Amino acid sequence: MSEALLKVESVTKNFGGFTALSNVTTEVLTGERFGLIGPNGSGKTTLINCISGTLVNEGGSIIFDGIDLQGLKAHKRTAAGITRTFQIPRPFHSMTIMDNLKIPIEFVSGTSFSQNEIAEQAMDILETMGMADKANEETSGLTQIELRKLELARAIAAKPKLLISDEAMAGLTGQEVDEVLEILIKFNEQGMTIIMIEHIMRAVMQFSQRVICLDAGQLIAEGTPENIVKDKGVERAYLGV
Amino acid sequence: MRFKFEIGCVLVLLAAFIFTQSGINRFYYFAGFAILQYVMISTAWNILGGYGGYINFGTAGFLGVGSYTAVAMIEFYSAGIVEQIIVAGIIAGVIGLSIGFFTLRLKGVYFAIATLALAIVLETFVNNWDYVGGAAGVSILPPRTPELLGIAIVDRKGGAIFNNNKEFLFFLMAFLAILSVWVARTIEKGKLGRGLNAIKDNEEAAECMGVPTLRLKLTATVISGALMGMAGAVFPSYLTFVDPPTAFNLEFAINSLAMPMIGGTFTWIGPVVGSILLGTVQQVAIVTISSELNLLIIGVLLVFFVTVAPQGIVGWFMKKNK
Amino acid sequence: MEFTELLLNALLAGIMLGGFFAALAIGLSICFGLLDTVNIAHPTIIVGAAFCTFLLNDVFGIDPIIAGILITPLFFILGLGIYSLYYQFFEKQSAEALRGLAFFFGLLFIAEVVMIMTFGVDHRLVSAPYIGNSYTAVLAGMEFAIPYRLLAAFVVASAMAIGLQLYLNKSFFGRATSAVHQDMMALSLMGVDPVMVKRVAFALGLSTCGLAGALMIIVIPIEPAVGRFFIGNVFAIVVLGGLGSISGTLIAAFILGIAESVVSTFFGPSWAPAVSFAILLGVLAFKPTGLFGSGDTR
Repeated sequence: MSEALLKVESVTKNFGGFTALSNVTTEVLTGERFGLIGPNGSGKTTLINCISGTLVNEGGSIIFDGIDLQGLKAHKRTAAGITRTFQIPRPFHSMTIMDNLKIPIEFVSGTSFSQNEIAEQAMDILETMGMADKANEETSGLTQIELRKLELARAIAAKPKLLISDEAMAGLTGQEVDEVLEILIKFNEQGMTIIMIEHIMRAVMQFSQRVICLDAGQLIAEGTPENIVKDKGVERAYLGV
Repeated sequence: MRFKFEIGCVLVLLAAFIFTQSGINRFYYFAGFAILQYVMISTAWNILGGYGGYINFGTAGFLGVGSYTAVAMIEFYSAGIVEQIIVAGIIAGVIGLSIGFFTLRLKGVYFAIATLALAIVLETFVNNWDYVGGAAGVSILPPRTPELLGIAIVDRKGGAIFNNNKEFLFFLMAFLAILSVWVARTIEKGKLGRGLNAIKDNEEAAECMGVPTLRLKLTATVISGALMGMAGAVFPSYLTFVDPPTAFNLEFAINSLAMPMIGGTFTWIGPVVGSILLGTVQQVAIVTISSELNLLIIGVLLVFFVTVAPQGIVGWFMKKNK
Repeated sequence: MEFTELLLNALLAGIMLGGFFAALAIGLSICFGLLDTVNIAHPTIIVGAAFCTFLLNDVFGIDPIIAGILITPLFFILGLGIYSLYYQFFEKQSAEALRGLAFFFGLLFIAEVVMIMTFGVDHRLVSAPYIGNSYTAVLAGMEFAIPYRLLAAFVVASAMAIGLQLYLNKSFFGRATSAVHQDMMALSLMGVDPVMVKRVAFALGLSTCGLAGALMIIVIPIEPAVGRFFIGNVFAIVVLGGLGSISGTLIAAFILGIAESVVSTFFGPSWAPAVSFAILLGVLAFKPTGLFGSGDTR
């Protein structure tokens, strides 16, 4: 069976008096397609922030690929193999799409590539995403779906072992959701472990092998998509009954 | 044509040299020196401010540190100008590193405020330091016949490269200005520049994409500060008199911001255009209007450009040609 | 004996000074702390108010504190204008923070140069019956002296601070201002225009410059450049107190006042800017959220 690539142990995060995460413990196996659901404000993005290093958790530990991430800055975690996308896309707005991708390629790899090699690699990814024709365009003219794809493309350009996709599909049409799903599954088949945070349930169902559900900072359910959907606690969390 | 830029640099340096041999009116040296100094200052400022998006309001502080390091070295052991420049650069760089260490982990606003406060503190410190003249200032006697590597550089009676110290220092300033532009351009086109650009666009995303944001910001701060210190080091020898209000002049504070922002902050050409344009206008204006009015106009221009034309002159031109 | 007397007098003066500093910083605490607009021109605008006070005192013989009260509405209107400009060109477009900062720096500069052109670089003072004398007392064999002008500044500043704090806590508008700091969206969902709230709040912050300026010229002689000496001071207070906390600002003002007073007494007054700078750096290095702050510094 697969090894645990990411171990989250009793992670706690406070903001002043407010507890955003409380003793969250879970595992993500290598090569797994992992779903993370929960109502708004349940702490999903906070958990992602703690894993990626954008925030520092007060309690617990996070172990990635055998390395304890404590004290490691975000860019070092990226170098170690974790990347994430942002809920609201954050493109480098003064750069072209191609240049956006070149940044992680240039900065994450241990070896230095020539500018030509970097451009090639960037182009490869853009082709996979179906955005090769827009390579030299500014980010300001992109549509929502294109921005989301750029966000994903950039994260993937860092060649992560673990990709965390934070609500990449929010607000997209059914067809666009399928497009993004296809991309994620393709990269997973190539060996990338993926954590997907989503509210769009059918995407979570189609994609995930295992799902956890957070509510008010606590882990309330864990299991296969079919089981999660039937879980009473999850129903309560979403419907508030 | 390859090496267009390098050839251009050599040509400019040559022009500066010819200028010094031409026996032209002294006033032009003064004006030219001031403009060249501003080319270097604006370019240095822009490395952190324009490329990285972190504003330094304390340019006067770094310049003043450079000037007074030079003064202290002259007082201490009659150091040569080259040593003064190098040491001033190192000390200014270290100061940049220190202040950056404390404030660059936080939002850009804190760095900006800290630099402003730093300039005041440095000026206060120098005001109270009698070794370098304190508030009254100090006169600098330039060496009679300075030499560099055994070659006579300046000799009033002829037989050396330059006829007087001002010509030599003018040329030196030209060299430093070109050096700083070369540094800025190299950074801009290299990995550091790309990283700084990512930081400016979206620092959090840059960090998550593998850019070591703190390290790059500190690097830019040290380089920027060091270049400013070097520019300041030449000042005392050129003016032959220096006091805190001159070394830490208000003008430096506003110009080091206005020139890059008006010229255009996203490329090395911007600060050069801005400093030559604004510098020339100021040199002309100084003869005709009061220096306060001059500063007022710069301030208004800055606010105007920042508000209405943030891409600066170069940006405006580039948009027109698209 | 002499050392203790000196120290206690320094502490006393420090408390008075702290009150004065609070008056300087409280407006910035609203603008920067609550509204996130980095108005570095704030101290220079206070100097502008100080000059206005000087004019009213010199030409019409009006008591400086009265003058300060009289010019307060002027600065309120100025605040409305500045924020409208700022909002229109910067905040609305979510412009880079760099540009907003440069805008306020430009304002600082323009204000200072206009003052130099209008008033020259000489130091100005005001005269009033309470300036120049001190309240002296002898306690436990030690002599204590509080200059009346410091005492006056302390009293007025305290009144200002308490008044503002009450206003922010009790009035609808005041609470809306605290709310806009925490959650703009929620506020607009409750039918309150957040931009209007911010504009009025900024104007309120700027209106404190009127009285603060009057206090400044009571306490020290002023000249146009003096504003820049207070930048480190005023920001150190707001940062130490914590962004978003008015009471934090007040406490920080006293801490800084005492620190500067003690250092001035034992090492000389020229080291005062270094004190605030050191505190500023120290806070930023070890606890950037300050004593009572909320909100992110990163």
